[in-house]
Amino acid sequence: MAAITQSKAVNTSPWYSYQLRKLAIGGLFTMFAFAISLVYLMPFGQMLTTAFKNAGQIVGNTDGLILPMSPRTFTYEGEAYDIFNVPDENGVMRELALINKGRQSSEFVDPANPDAGLITWEGSWRTLDTAYEFEAHPENFPEAWRLIDFPRVFFNTAFIAIVGMVGTLLSSICVAYAFARFPIPGKNIFFIILIGTIILPGQVTLIPTYAFFASIGWTGSWLPLIVPHFFSNAYNVFLLRQFFMTLPRELDEAAMIDGAGPFRVLRSVIIPQAWPAILSVGLFHFIFAWNDYFGPLLYTLGRSDLWPISIAVQQFNFQYGPRPELIQATSLMAMLLPLGIFIFAQKVFMRGVVVTGVEK
Amino acid sequence: MATTDQSLNAPSVSVGMSRKPKDQGLARQQRIWGWIFLSPWIIGFILFTALPILVSLAFTFTDFTLTSTQEMRFVGLDNWVRLFTDPIAMTALGVTLRFALIAVPFGILIPLGMAAMLNSKNLWGKVLWRPLFYMPYVVPAISSIFVWQSFLNGDTGWLNRILRGVGIAEPPNWIQDANWILPAFMLVGVWGVGNAMLTMLATMQGVPTELYEAADVDGANPLVKFLRITLPMISPVILYNLVLSVIGLMQYFTVPYVMTRGTGNPGNSALFFNMYLYKTAFQNANMGYGATQAWFIFIIALVLTVALFGTSRRWVYYSSGD
Repeated sequence: MAAITQSKAVNTSPWYSYQLRKLAIGGLFTMFAFAISLVYLMPFGQMLTTAFKNAGQIVGNTDGLILPMSPRTFTYEGEAYDIFNVPDENGVMRELALINKGRQSSEFVDPANPDAGLITWEGSWRTLDTAYEFEAHPENFPEAWRLIDFPRVFFNTAFIAIVGMVGTLLSSICVAYAFARFPIPGKNIFFIILIGTIILPGQVTLIPTYAFFASIGWTGSWLPLIVPHFFSNAYNVFLLRQFFMTLPRELDEAAMIDGAGPFRVLRSVIIPQAWPAILSVGLFHFIFAWNDYFGPLLYTLGRSDLWPISIAVQQFNFQYGPRPELIQATSLMAMLLPLGIFIFAQKVFMRGVVVTGVEK
Repeated sequence: MATTDQSLNAPSVSVGMSRKPKDQGLARQQRIWGWIFLSPWIIGFILFTALPILVSLAFTFTDFTLTSTQEMRFVGLDNWVRLFTDPIAMTALGVTLRFALIAVPFGILIPLGMAAMLNSKNLWGKVLWRPLFYMPYVVPAISSIFVWQSFLNGDTGWLNRILRGVGIAEPPNWIQDANWILPAFMLVGVWGVGNAMLTMLATMQGVPTELYEAADVDGANPLVKFLRITLPMISPVILYNLVLSVIGLMQYFTVPYVMTRGTGNPGNSALFFNMYLYKTAFQNANMGYGATQAWFIFIIALVLTVALFGTSRRWVYYSSGD
């Protein structure tokens, strides 16, 4: 009996310690990753806390409080007095309202028991700590919403993004279909040129493109931000083509035997199978258009009624520079939709990044 | 069924005289459809890429402006001479190249480190970490700029409050200090590494496990395994991200433009080449000189890209399958 217990202990001991060591390493490593993520995402923290403060909680707050806190006050005989943490003879802290400030001694009143009258405390009140309470200001958001005319800006951005998305989907699907399925002479060279445009610096085409749009009267409109997307885009074509190549040709051929033309095959055979890729291209474009700054800066700067959210937020912030709480509130409002889309569709989204980034 | 499949799959193999015209007709029809489906890209490429590149080059020899009513004149190499004698252009080029020199290595090492961390078998809850580290990438540039501007504020920014907290009495005044503004931009850029991290991570996950098992048999430690197996196996993705990062930095605009309110101050320390180009072409409406600057930075980007690909043979490992 004893021998069996002994041998069991001998057998389990290394297994046990191995598991423990693995657990310890995993725990430590995950804590390390957690610390890194905290540092990485810390600016979001300042954004959030600032967006909920009022001017008084920010101004002169070099080493002040992180959360939106305000000094607590107590109204005594019709006037508001700040509350301090005051130690008594035994060192026990009490929260008392400072009524009469004095250099050597000050007079306080106990908010819990104001009828007891004034309490005199010996010492400089300046050494005392103010008692704070949490006081958030969510009204910053409606104010920023109103000042920036958010519904209009939201419509502008969504319109540019959605119409451009339709354009890039229609054109990129067709072009990807051509690359994936049709015997075009010189197809490989075209494909290399297409990929090459990914690493083409945008400036080199910028000025003639702008001059062209100016000459046909399109500057000061959304057209330059939308129409070029109807001519496909290298990233999107690449992603869709990679996906189309994985689809079995037998289904195309079966449909063709049934008399379907190429458009019909695309619509009824290819597209229904390619939803993951199509969805990720659509999301990419939407988020790109939502976040784009340079294009709208170039083509809509003079027309405030056409501004999408990026320009509106930037112009607003140049105007309201001394109101950090509004700046952070608008920054937060501008990122909510792309962040929300990403969180709900992160699998599809990241899958697309991997296809375009890794398979080339 | 089998016979139909055969006839469709191998039309060119069947040499029967009676079938040939029909097959050729089919092939031609397929080619025509191919051109039709390809046409959006071809038209777009000609209209928005090929022609503008050539016209841009032509503009560099003219005094083209959008505002003046005068006819455009041919000015020979005037714009190019002006570019090389323009002290502001050279300052802007210096700022851009100096920033690239510090930002490119960090733009590779930080996502590489993150990817290695997220790829570790010791990390719990992997599915949660990936979107968390990728997330700042989908935040609009304009939002992250204002968020970082507040975070880097010399007095109230959390970064300096932390630095003072750990005993650095006078931390840098980041974006107000000519010596610290470029490192400040680099910190902002850390939020843009999501794509690079994700592509590196995906490639790391694709490295065959046999390689690591073989290394384990040889008693290799984790660092050696990372340097000798992981790095070579993901080197093509590193090259791809290097090229994209160099091209991106040659076009760096939004962060310095918004953070310095278009000035490039203090003392032109944040005047990037693209900001100067924007000023020349769109604020001063000097399109001819602007196009010259654009072509100049294009040539520099091209040289750097070619140089990167040139060195790649020494360090990029392509497995025989590709």
